[in-house]
Amino acid sequence: MTPITSRTAPGFWLGFVGIVAVLAIVPLGLPEFWRRFLTEILIWGLLAMSSDILIGYTGMVSFGHSAFFGLGLYGAAAALLVMRSPNLWVALLVGLGAAAVVAIFVAYFATRLRDIYFAITTLVFSQIFYVIIFTWTDVTGGENGLSFSQPPFTVPGVFSARFSTVSLHWFILAVVAISYLLLRRITQSPFGMVLQSIRENEPRTRAIGYHVERYKIVAVMLSGLFAGLSGVLYAIQHRFAAPDFVFFTVSGEVVIFNVMGGMGTLVGPVVGAAFFLLLREGLSRFWTEYYLIPLGIAFTAMVIFMPQGMLGFWKRRLNQ
Amino acid sequence: MLTLADVHTHYAKSHILHGIALEVRPGEVVGLLGRNGVGKSTTLKSIMGLVQPSQGRITFEGRDITGLASHRVAHLGIAYVPEDRRIFRLLTVMENLRTGLDRGGVTEARRTELLDKVYESFPVLGERRSQLGGTLSGGEQQMLAIARAMMLEPKIILLDEPTEGLMPRMVSQIRDIIGRLHDDGVAILLVEQNVGLTLSVSSRCYIMEKGLMRHHAPSADLKADPSVIHQYLGV
Amino acid sequence: MFEQILVQTVNGLVNGMVLALVASGLTLIFGIMDVVNFAHGDLVMLGGFVGAATVAQTGSFWLGLLVAALTIAVFGALLQISTLRPLIGRDPLTTIIATFGISLVLQKYALWQFGPTARNIPQPITGQFTLFYLQYPWYRLGAAVLAGAIIGGLYLFLKYGKYGIWIRATTQDRIMAGAMGIPVPLVHTGVFAIGAAMAAASGVLFAPLAAVTQTMGFDFTLRAFIVVVVGGMGNLGGSILAAIFISLLEAYASLVVSPSQAAIVSFVVLILTLLFRPTGLFVATPK
Repeated sequence: MTPITSRTAPGFWLGFVGIVAVLAIVPLGLPEFWRRFLTEILIWGLLAMSSDILIGYTGMVSFGHSAFFGLGLYGAAAALLVMRSPNLWVALLVGLGAAAVVAIFVAYFATRLRDIYFAITTLVFSQIFYVIIFTWTDVTGGENGLSFSQPPFTVPGVFSARFSTVSLHWFILAVVAISYLLLRRITQSPFGMVLQSIRENEPRTRAIGYHVERYKIVAVMLSGLFAGLSGVLYAIQHRFAAPDFVFFTVSGEVVIFNVMGGMGTLVGPVVGAAFFLLLREGLSRFWTEYYLIPLGIAFTAMVIFMPQGMLGFWKRRLNQ
Repeated sequence: MLTLADVHTHYAKSHILHGIALEVRPGEVVGLLGRNGVGKSTTLKSIMGLVQPSQGRITFEGRDITGLASHRVAHLGIAYVPEDRRIFRLLTVMENLRTGLDRGGVTEARRTELLDKVYESFPVLGERRSQLGGTLSGGEQQMLAIARAMMLEPKIILLDEPTEGLMPRMVSQIRDIIGRLHDDGVAILLVEQNVGLTLSVSSRCYIMEKGLMRHHAPSADLKADPSVIHQYLGV
Repeated sequence: MFEQILVQTVNGLVNGMVLALVASGLTLIFGIMDVVNFAHGDLVMLGGFVGAATVAQTGSFWLGLLVAALTIAVFGALLQISTLRPLIGRDPLTTIIATFGISLVLQKYALWQFGPTARNIPQPITGQFTLFYLQYPWYRLGAAVLAGAIIGGLYLFLKYGKYGIWIRATTQDRIMAGAMGIPVPLVHTGVFAIGAAMAAASGVLFAPLAAVTQTMGFDFTLRAFIVVVVGGMGNLGGSILAAIFISLLEAYASLVVSPSQAAIVSFVVLILTLLFRPTGLFVATPK
């Protein structure tokens, strides 16, 4: 996989602003269900991007992103439940904080374990959280989950207004867009180049003199924080937290988004998420759960024959 | 019997063989000499199907075997004894031999015959037949690697640096074994750093340099005029 | 209290043997071709369903066991040929992702083929005996013994016999095995089939103890992974010991916490093993 070279500044910004504008305007013309669906795609897209930092850029496959997501979710839920007047920003902080704590552990694993062992450990680690959340019914509501109210959008001391479906969408769009820009900046910086060099050839990167462990730690923290952020956003949108979101399925779907969309491209995983979610929505009307059979086959085939994902495939096509 | 023509082989991005040509006739002992890293081992591996040539043709008994899977090459009658021996360390001596012996079409009588022959040539292996391969000494492992190849009853054996790291006493044992194989009509393509040994057992030698075949002459000529060897190998 | 511990010891041993059967297939597959089979638990599940269907049709537990093992063995071989062979040479992470994709398909396929209800197999050995203060089903012991017998059979097969040597040689050095004329691609397929058959057998053995459901695969896969890592990847004896060790710990833990929480024990053991003795707890010398 070749690293993304920065597209020429004006070209990129034009495209970016264009897409954001479209995403902002489209919901106005959509029925309620699809408005919320679009917002959800953005949230999962953010999660997929966060995972791409680890899988696509640093070459560390994680099966534990459900832990980051889930703790962001439950952290925000806790904050919103405990506070007398639920505050958006406090919820954000608590959710991110919870995700950060988890990320520290995973970062430690990252320095000691490689490849499969890291992947299995992240899987097992996130399952620990699942079991705890599922069984600690008093605190987490167990199987039934937690319901809480949606905080208003506040500018401290100045302004407070409840979200509508559309304004919430704009808020989340803004957060995701800014996150994308940040992540893009980071992956295209020298730091990002070192990450990719670690992916390509770790011993060599170490031999050149880079402290591979430090880079991995930062990569994990970044990935975990943005994943936690997506969990917080989900909490705000749905006002509901359940152990299902900490279960492996979420981690598995994230890997699917990454692989199908194209690892190491940031945008690819978002496209992968959109594609998967739309397909699921569409196919499940006809085939209920069985949509996963053709999807699973397509996914496996992609791993074998098209490992660069949809976006990578298109990039090659365009380059020829 | 075995011919290589214009064989190019790459390892990842390195172009190791730049158009190798050589020939081994039935029953011949042919030497392949050259400095370290010129591609001698890669040549043997290309024949054996352990690396795929990117260009060129390898023919054995009239049949094109370029890029053929190694287990098929072995069935056609080519056996391989790699440098660093690579015997199966966690298998016993007997089990190591069986990897070659357990083929289709070998009668019980023939099996016993082959085993007896091997234990006669290498009595040490007979003594240690129930021992794990990894417990053998370097020289014994070399014996086992060659014996194992002999179990395939090959028409040609590719020998890669059999005397590397061996004591002089074992080197002369190797010489004897090569002689016996030759008497049995088995052809040998011998890659060696030990020039003296190679010249004395082979009828002719190829000399490689940087992935190319540079010189080819009867061993007698090379013995008579050491300057050629000196030029390419510096010895 | 003491009696409770003894009872849990028996439980741990019984569960451990069934888990060992699942894990030994997984570790065999990993040892020989570096494939971490994420769908292994789903093979257990499919074996359970095929077995249940056969038993329902024929009334014979043994026939169910046999049919399940053979069917899933063939299925496993086809799977390996179609999806895993093209991946040879790619890094093990790719195979884990690919087998994850396969796992999804298998789960939903099972749903489609066998329907959403859980299936059951009646215990072939009925009756109970008195174990201290409990009435303990004979079948549980029977299942453990059977699992042990199958593993023992595998061990003998590997140790003696021509194909056992082929498998061991290919596991140690696949390049030289090929150079000795051993048909390595065939050996790979064969081993995968054996691993699949063992998984299917454990599914059938497990079925009379609890129901077979489409989603049970993941749990088996996870526990088998843990056992394989703790026992040392590719180490058959190690996986058996690890399976028993972990099952015993979980059984004892369930005296204090709920069974679903007891699962955390195995998770913690895995993490500790990886951090402090990564080549496996039951490997002779750490490399």
